[in-house]
Formats: sequence, structure tokens, C-alpha cells
Amino acid sequence: MFLGKVIGTVWATRKDENLRRFKLQFVQPLTAARQEAGSPIVAVDMAGAGPGETIIYITAREAVIPLPVDMAPVDATIVGIVDRIDLAEK
Amino acid sequence: MVLGKVVGTVWATRKDDDLVGMKFQIVKHIGLDYKLKETFVIAVDTVQAGVGDVVLVTSGSSARQTAVTKNKPVDAVIVAVVDKLDVVD
Repeated sequence: MFLGKVIGTVWATRKDENLRRFKLQFVQPLTAARQEAGSPIVAVDMAGAGPGETIIYITAREAVIPLPVDMAPVDATIVGIVDRIDLAEK
Repeated sequence: MVLGKVVGTVWATRKDDDLVGMKFQIVKHIGLDYKLKETFVIAVDTVQAGVGDVVLVTSGSSARQTAVTKNKPVDAVIVAVVDKLDVVD
């Protein structure tokens, strides 16, 4: 699982039919200290996150599990909205 | 998924039997500013994207989660043609 921040939304009408009902959000991966980490990705939003919110997302084939369809070509899904991060400084 | 732009097509007659009938597009990764990056993938096109289209590419074993690529040796598939991008910051 990874931390990220929702930085936008993707609109696409022509797409795989199993992606029909899902919201596609832009996510900027973050470190635990909320710094940018790598380039943005697109994830299906199953948590109803809004722009600017810090979220948790999962990747790879497991990203299909939270979706209400058996099969969908998805490799990143937002599964939670972060309230707080307690980071023990090393 | 990642953002990309279709920049070309790959044709191959001698290939794995499971890949017969699939269209292979060359997709260069792009940033949120639409600028082309150096990296690219060869992705199976299941949504009839055209050269120049901005698309979403799914990679890894999730790429086999479509009717066309189910149980096939495919690790990258174009899953959407992007109409609009809303970027907040």
C-alpha cells in the first residue's frame, strides 16, 4: 500500500467496459513525511476522495479486489482517506 | 494506471500464438503537462485508440483483466482514451 495525494481527475468516455462506473483520480505518490515521491499515477477511487486529500492506494492485481466487478484492467485503487500520520523521526 | 500518448504501432507476424489478432501500440509516457517523456511501453490496444490519442495504460498482471488479454502473455494494455484532465495544483 502507498500514500498519495489526490491532485486531479481523469475523464474518459471511451474505455474498457468494466471501468464504466468508476471515478479515475490523479494521485501524486507521497512519502510518509508527505513529500512528493515519483510521478503521478491514475487510480480508481473507491473511497470518495476529494482533490487535495491524502489517501492510501493499493497497486498491482490486488487493486481489482475492492471493485464491484469480477474483472477490470486496474492496477491502482484508492482504498482509504488518511486522517493523521504519526511518524517516529529516525 | 499511467498517462501516455500513442505515438506509433508495432506489427509482428512471427509471435506467440496467443498474441495473434492483437493490436500493439507504442505509448510514450507523458507528464500532467502532456510533455512526452523518454520512457514508453508497447501496449495491447483494446479501445481502438489512434496515434496522437492521450490514453491510460494498465500494467502488470492487471493487464490480463480484459476479454482480449485474459490468460494471454500481455503485461500492458490501453484501457481508456482520455477526454479531459482536471489537475488541481
